[in-house]
Amino acid sequence: MSAQTAQWQDVAPLLQVRELSKFYAPGKGCGDIDFDLYPGEVLGIVGESGSGKSTLLNVLSARLAPDAGQVIYQSEQFGELDLYACDEAQRRVLMRSEWGIVHQHARDGLRMNVSAGANIGERLMAVGERHYGNIRERAQAWLEAVEIDSSRIDDRPSQFSGGMQQRLQIARNLVTHPQLIFMDEPTGGLDVSVQAKLLDMLRGLVAELGLSVIIVTHDLAVARLLAHRLMVMRRGQVVESGLTDQVLDDPQHPYTQLLVSSILQN
Amino acid sequence: MSEVATGYNFAYLDEQSKRMIRRALLKAVAIPGFQVPFGGREMPLPHGWGTGGMQVTASVIGQQDTLKVIDQGADDTTNAVSIRRFFARTAGVATTEETAAADLIQTRHRIPETPLRNGQILIYQVPTPEPLRFIEPRDSETIKMHALREYGAMQVKLYEDVARFGHIATSYDYPVMVNRRYMMSPSPIPKFDNPKMDRMPALQLFGAGFEKRIYAVPPYTQVTSLDFDDHPFEVQSWEESCAICAAQDSFLDEVITDDAGSRMFVCSDTDYCRQRVAQQEANP
Ligand SMILES: Nc1ncnc2c1ncn2[C@@H]1O[C@H](COP(=O)(O)OP(=O)(O)OP(=O)(O)O)[C@@H](O)[C@H]1O
Ligand SMILES: [Mg+2]
Ligand SMILES: [Zn+2]
Repeated sequence: MSAQTAQWQDVAPLLQVRELSKFYAPGKGCGDIDFDLYPGEVLGIVGESGSGKSTLLNVLSARLAPDAGQVIYQSEQFGELDLYACDEAQRRVLMRSEWGIVHQHARDGLRMNVSAGANIGERLMAVGERHYGNIRERAQAWLEAVEIDSSRIDDRPSQFSGGMQQRLQIARNLVTHPQLIFMDEPTGGLDVSVQAKLLDMLRGLVAELGLSVIIVTHDLAVARLLAHRLMVMRRGQVVESGLTDQVLDDPQHPYTQLLVSSILQN
Repeated sequence: MSEVATGYNFAYLDEQSKRMIRRALLKAVAIPGFQVPFGGREMPLPHGWGTGGMQVTASVIGQQDTLKVIDQGADDTTNAVSIRRFFARTAGVATTEETAAADLIQTRHRIPETPLRNGQILIYQVPTPEPLRFIEPRDSETIKMHALREYGAMQVKLYEDVARFGHIATSYDYPVMVNRRYMMSPSPIPKFDNPKMDRMPALQLFGAGFEKRIYAVPPYTQVTSLDFDDHPFEVQSWEESCAICAAQDSFLDEVITDDAGSRMFVCSDTDYCRQRVAQQEANP
């Protein structure tokens, strides 16, 4: 089921965001954020540096308390949850089971001092798996799924290239079959050819697993390739949102027009 | 027997400090395996010499108590001797090397082989109380992990062992779950001693001087060692038996006996070994 059809059917949104705001200083942060995310949908958040993309992603993924507003999440385990009114214990359970968080810098999302296998296995163990053989088997399968030779299972992430580290980070998140993934510039800092391979793989996994994704990027090519829908941010506000092709091919807001004409792109 | 020193409070620590430590101990006993922070006091020995254990001992010892102190199972190592002498002098208490005759046993790195009984207190010197430290350096985070019982990361350590060595190679300070609730470091005792902690009739108290934490396992509390279903917890075992007392059930140390590199295995618990020899001589 595609995200667009989900909207027209009687499917509850996975995430409902209501009048959300978090400001460090006037214009620094994000405010008046309202949207729904449907199951299977990939939402891209774009905008220039400092526009508040990461701040918004952190608030959405329960890592940064907002000043005001609500994030309501439809949990497989807990039902409807108001993320900042519920128990912290529940939020942390979500983070290691139903959610995945892919950081821009792999070292923020990986344990660099343990093997690739342990990195993937950790979430399984966190949700109660206690059979070494099973953990190892699943780690191997996930390494292959992200196109890392499974013979590297006992190597540390520090022995991996940047692209491999990023793929390992993705495997580590996906092993518990999360339904919602948050990504902040997952291709940032990688060579163009490595980026392309990663994007290709991501696109495949998202489609195959029916993942819902919120992805922050300042790279409109990444947004076009992965996102069904876009929100364009400027100085903490959403200035335009809509289907990716519409926003990129027929931008309405002057800022989006500038962005698309690539004058603002770095 | 050394002279009782004058000019000190009983067992060196002032009563105020002892009360503070006892309050921490009561809390620790009430929440088995939970690390209770306490306002650690300076003891006249360097850290690493068991000042955490000594503060606990000083706070619970009474005039009528008999104290035993061991280090690696032996009563006669420098560390054990100085701590024993310290309490003999500052508290004037009786001391013993015999496990069964002791009311309090302060220990570093071993649990005596002779089973402890209800009424005895075993006091461990602890260098690093936080079992989650290796995976999570931030205190704010480990506190949360304990509060929310998030112990999956600890299993990562065992996973790494099996991946590298084919079995769980951790042999000292092997992590345990206390009363199915809190993960606890048993201090650097060999895993051989872990099963003795389980439902032990004696009270077990743990003092970490440097990190200022106290924790406890009340008598008869369940203590289980972490493992995998397909790699169950196992203790060390030896082909040899003790060269002195022929024990086959005790933790053995390998000792080099001459310059030619000859070796033998003997009980690490010197009192246990001596008791067995005495028994064998009494009933030849
Ligand atoms: N912890 C913080 N304290 C104070 N100000 C902050 C903090 N984090 C971010 N900011 C400010 O908030 C604004 C939004 O930052 P944010 O990181 O969300 O932007 P971004 O869109 O992700 O930028 P980039 O593309 O560079 O990553 C910026 O002006 C930033 O300097
Ligand atoms: Mg950012
Ligand atoms: Zn012996």
